[in-house]
Amino acid sequence: MTASTETLHLQHADHQAHSGAHGWRRWLYATNHKDIGTLYLWFSFTMFLLGGTMALGIRAELFQPGLQFWHPEFFNQLTTLHGIIMVFGAIMPAFTGLANWMLPLMLGAPDMAFARMNNWSFWLLPPAAALLVISLFVPGGAPAGGWTLYPPLSIQAGMGMDLAIFAIHLLGLSSIMGSINIVTTVLNMRAPGMTLLKMPMFAWTSLVTAYLLIAVAPVLAGAVTMLLTDRHFGTHFFKAAGGGDPVLFQHIFWFFGHPEVYIMALPAFGIVSQILPTFARKPLFGYVSMVYAVCSIAILSFMVWAHHMFAVGLPATAQLFFMFMTMLIAVPTGVKVFNWIATMWQGEMTFETPMLFAIGFVCLFTVGGFSGLVLSIAPIDIQMTDTYYVVAHFHYVLVAGALFSLFGATYYWLPKWTGHMYNEKLGKLHFWWSMIWFNVTFFPMHFLGLAGMPRRIPDYPLQFTDFNSVASVGAFCFGLGQLLFLYNVINTIRGGAGRAPARPWEGAHTLEWEVASPAPHHTWETPPDEALVKKGLRAQLLDQDHE
Amino acid sequence: MRAMRTLAALACSLVLRGVEASDSRISFQTPQTLIAQDIVDLHTWIMVIIIVIFVAVFGVMFYAVFRHRKSLGHKARPFHENTTVEVLWTVIPALILAVMAWPAAKVVLAQKDSRGATITIKATGYQWFWGYDYVDYGFGYKSKLATPRKQIDNTQDKDPHYLLEVDEPLVVPVGQKVRILTTSNDVIHSWAMPAFGVKQDAIPGFIRDTWFKAEREGTFRGQCSELCGQDHGFMPIVVKVVSAAQFQDYVSHKQAQAKANADDPNKIWAMADLVARGQKVYEANCQACHQASGMGSGPFPALVNSKIATGPVQGHLHIVLHGKNAMPAWQGLSDTEIAAVITYERNHFNHVGDLLQPKDVKLARK
Repeated sequence: MTASTETLHLQHADHQAHSGAHGWRRWLYATNHKDIGTLYLWFSFTMFLLGGTMALGIRAELFQPGLQFWHPEFFNQLTTLHGIIMVFGAIMPAFTGLANWMLPLMLGAPDMAFARMNNWSFWLLPPAAALLVISLFVPGGAPAGGWTLYPPLSIQAGMGMDLAIFAIHLLGLSSIMGSINIVTTVLNMRAPGMTLLKMPMFAWTSLVTAYLLIAVAPVLAGAVTMLLTDRHFGTHFFKAAGGGDPVLFQHIFWFFGHPEVYIMALPAFGIVSQILPTFARKPLFGYVSMVYAVCSIAILSFMVWAHHMFAVGLPATAQLFFMFMTMLIAVPTGVKVFNWIATMWQGEMTFETPMLFAIGFVCLFTVGGFSGLVLSIAPIDIQMTDTYYVVAHFHYVLVAGALFSLFGATYYWLPKWTGHMYNEKLGKLHFWWSMIWFNVTFFPMHFLGLAGMPRRIPDYPLQFTDFNSVASVGAFCFGLGQLLFLYNVINTIRGGAGRAPARPWEGAHTLEWEVASPAPHHTWETPPDEALVKKGLRAQLLDQDHE
Repeated sequence: MRAMRTLAALACSLVLRGVEASDSRISFQTPQTLIAQDIVDLHTWIMVIIIVIFVAVFGVMFYAVFRHRKSLGHKARPFHENTTVEVLWTVIPALILAVMAWPAAKVVLAQKDSRGATITIKATGYQWFWGYDYVDYGFGYKSKLATPRKQIDNTQDKDPHYLLEVDEPLVVPVGQKVRILTTSNDVIHSWAMPAFGVKQDAIPGFIRDTWFKAEREGTFRGQCSELCGQDHGFMPIVVKVVSAAQFQDYVSHKQAQAKANADDPNKIWAMADLVARGQKVYEANCQACHQASGMGSGPFPALVNSKIATGPVQGHLHIVLHGKNAMPAWQGLSDTEIAAVITYERNHFNHVGDLLQPKDVKLARK
């Protein structure tokens, strides 16, 4: 009795260290939001390296015309796996990981709402990733029909496709559970005084993203399940020979797929909306309109799916409807960009690595938005769809958009996670290196697309040679540069540039900066008092005049 | 509106002069139809708007980045909202969108209007080539990649039209409205001709249409634009636009040829003839995966000494007709072609096997 009480006391005293299991058990049985966040982030970085290696395989083959390295079928496997792994394995889990780590800290909550479900939603990911990797080694190889898995091509494929379908099922389950956790945490566990319209923007974008995922992950699961039964159980959802319609799959897929685009973009908006005010030492401009913009983007994202399908032969009315709705998304997106610029305007800016990535995000996401606007015009889209113009467009919004925001977030919160400052020089080098080689890789793809080079081809006509060579050189430099990031993170964990204070950034005011660095294993076991919450809000809402 | 677009085109050609000059590498291929020209104009118009917005947005942002920094001693002014500004930058972009949407909508409607065509051609996607049927004239043919394998494997210098050349192009008359019906034999393909502003998916089990009216004679080139399996990059589309008189000659020539070449499915073939014919079919259709040596490659199995090529002929026939996994169904080949290629596979590669007659294939199809 005394002994166990004493242990209890010790555990309380030893609050700083993590309680409970140690070693591998700490991770396998993890229920702490910080541990799970860490798992998510390492998992997604591993997937990023894997998917990135595949991208280099693609770019190596495309360096010169002719077939050099791969059989065309394997090339298609590379493009397909690269897409699936980057979307479902790298970007989405990274945002969930950040939400796990940061939401409770930012909202003044002790943990995520459902700690055990949180564990389960992470541990579904490694088996899903394993299925995708194993698919490379089964007869027929990995799925080779593109990440969009269009039938009938995906019905023809070997058993690698079945493994990919099961992987998508698992990833979907994981996303739904992660989302339920985020929604419940945000809605129920905010500190007293933090009303919805006073939450940090990252909490808002995570909340809206989570709703999007809950809405569309089951749609994707349904689509791939129908593929599975078409493949093996004699149904004809997508087989014209039995009265099905291959285009039906595209409608269902993109009903998932377009909101999915914003699932990968909205959290990035949230991160940038945290970083810019911090380093401009100014409140976020137009907070309320930012919230409205996020919500209207989310709603519009359900009404634009067929703009991915202008070449299937939609009726004119459908083309017009989807064209107009797509163009409309430019309005709330524009509002966000203007608000970010207004946040920087008349600021007191410093340019630490997170700020560089945030500004890089605003610049390149805007470029990606412009090419999106070009693509929204149906007749132009018909010319550009399935060409490299589309490849350029979505890499501007996903690499320079989502990925850059993730790098920014990592540098921004790394002191809070590790208790150490990262190496600023290396961080800046990483930014400029990525910025330059990203553009060298992807900007020429606009020209390739305009000139008519189809995407997903392992070999190309000679007039496309120059830009492809440039893009390949850029891709290898960009890829190698990411090792700088890995080194910098590991180095920071091991001590980096010295101990980090609780508030390493002068202009940072949200609640996560009120706890020590590194954040103790348990934080906000008693909610922060209202005065603290109010103080944290200064940065985003209150004028000095009001105080 | 017209005036605005002319102005836009003018402005853009000044900005992008270098771009326009090096046609087809950096920008659109030279438009050969009015629709393609409309698309280029639309794009120019939208690029002008985008460049103006780009300069404004980036100008303001970089002014802030360079002036409003701590290192210059600039002090933050913590304003955080301004209703007037926020309403303006919501309403003005919406208005800008309207001036983009209006000309775009007109092109959408023109592009969809396939009425009044003088010629209708059915384009069928196969893994991995195109089939064209001149439905008004009763003949058709397959149009396959003509680039030699050696060029793809880098053992021979590449032609200027590498991967953009076919054995038999689509031939159409100049200045006439040609309606293309697309469909597919296996998976989704896409019939694309950038110079015509045309891209239409070819969907198995469905017929979709598109159209073009070429303004100039010449040879124009495009590629399949929907991932359709391993040789997606190797099924180009070539259209030869000729004068009305040349087109009439072409049609009569093809009609005569079709009559002469029609394989009689009831003909009984001798082994040597059928193997010789089969070799041609094999080279055109099978070699890309199974290789000339018959040893296969990567995920594609070897035929040499395989159970299928040396086992019961019915099994062999079944797999050619119906496919399996990555092997497509070859229903699009004629009875004679299938009989020939199977006979070839069973009597080549040191195999000694059966002679399959076209009539047996015809029977098996039922």
